[in-house]
Amino acid sequence: MSDIPAELKYRASHEWVRVEGGIATIGITDHAQAAMGDLVYVELPDVGQTVAAGDEAGVVESVKAASDIYAPISGEIVAINDLLEGEPEKVNADCYGEGWLFKIEIADEAELETLLTADEYQAKLEDE
Amino acid sequence: MGHRTALYQTHLNAGAKMVDFGGWDMPIHYGSQIEEHNAVRGDAGMFDVSHMTVVDVTGSGAKAYLQKLLANDVAKLTSPGKALYSGMLKEDGGVIDDLIVYNMEGWYRVVVNCSTREKDLAWMQKQSAGFDVNIQQRPDFSMIAVQGPQARAKTAQLLGEPRASLIRDLGVFQGLPAGDWFIARTGYTGEDGLEIMLPNEQAPAFWEQLTAAGVRPCGLGARDTLRLEAGMNLYGSDMDESISPLEAGMGWTIAWEPASRDFIGRKALEQQKAAGVARKLVGLVMEARGVLRGHQKVVVAGTGEGEITSGTFSPTLGYSIALARVPAATGTTAQVDIRGKLNDVKVVRPPFVRNGKKVYE
Repeated sequence: MSDIPAELKYRASHEWVRVEGGIATIGITDHAQAAMGDLVYVELPDVGQTVAAGDEAGVVESVKAASDIYAPISGEIVAINDLLEGEPEKVNADCYGEGWLFKIEIADEAELETLLTADEYQAKLEDE
Repeated sequence: MGHRTALYQTHLNAGAKMVDFGGWDMPIHYGSQIEEHNAVRGDAGMFDVSHMTVVDVTGSGAKAYLQKLLANDVAKLTSPGKALYSGMLKEDGGVIDDLIVYNMEGWYRVVVNCSTREKDLAWMQKQSAGFDVNIQQRPDFSMIAVQGPQARAKTAQLLGEPRASLIRDLGVFQGLPAGDWFIARTGYTGEDGLEIMLPNEQAPAFWEQLTAAGVRPCGLGARDTLRLEAGMNLYGSDMDESISPLEAGMGWTIAWEPASRDFIGRKALEQQKAAGVARKLVGLVMEARGVLRGHQKVVVAGTGEGEITSGTFSPTLGYSIALARVPAATGTTAQVDIRGKLNDVKVVRPPFVRNGKKVYE
């Protein structure tokens, strides 16, 4: 059973979104990190770059496979998790905490409505 | 539901993530593939390899039969228990499978891959016509590979005599019977270690004993990164029936002498050798970020293109390595197309890692 915190929003491609004061923090879900296995590289967007919802914004690579990370919402990248350059395994160890990927300044709050709730994401996993 | 080894429930109890592998439900990892990999390089780990196929070849014609069947020559096996790695080829030289054969003094024990079991056995039966041989599968055996610098010591301390002494005294690439067990100093990791065949009903208890002795359970994920670091081929990825052993880094496994030994595939290989082979299997190293993966395109400037046959992140080295089939004229550098970008790589001679240390130039 994977961990799906109730207070977060989700994208069907297994990213999570935490909204705090107009800033969205993005990571990959517990389900995604478990499916990927040990991560060995994380490629993040550049700070200052503008992304649109659905854009490829990075890549996570595990021993097994590479997987694209999509921007769940539109806006400017205002921070990236530099820790992951040297310690990509933090994503496996603490995907909702120390293993966050990047932060977006939210351009359009209405886009948050397009994301999945924890219950909806859970239901999607059960369908897979 | 796939086939299950005698250790299936043991794996589930240990928290294994199970996957289908050649029709068998096998553990891919028990939590962290990299930690399992490191346990084998630095201490001791174990793998359930009971899905592999053990075949006993007996009868007065066993030696002559295997001298025809295999590209390597069992006549090299002059001491008891000595093992030999060989390809089993088609008439056109394509690799049906790679295997290990042990000299059992008067007969031979052969271990072939799991995914090729049916076609291997059918081929072996077909080629046995005219020889006095009996080909017998041994599904009554489980097989546990205990690998790593401490593997022999940790295993021996669990066993009474004469098995403990046998483990201490075994030569490299030698396997001997010990009661109803068969213990070999072989493996697929590039470390010292053992492959132990034992009756199915004894396997779960022995596995638990090994666990208690600090031997870490390891899945197929770590098995793949370990064998790739060790520069060992994986059947179906690095070679198959469409590939000559001469283009799969297996030239050393072909026993050309004596010239009178007419093994299956010999004529085709002699022609290929005389004409010169177009491709070769090499190692690739990329110290920059990113991971080389199977099927990525290799570009050799001014020479041509090739393809990665197996690629991974090397936990021991901390960067990516691969095996690739490239034009024979390839020098010491190449580029690999990763998601549309060309990345510089070094071309090296495998293996990459042996006994815990980097070994390529």
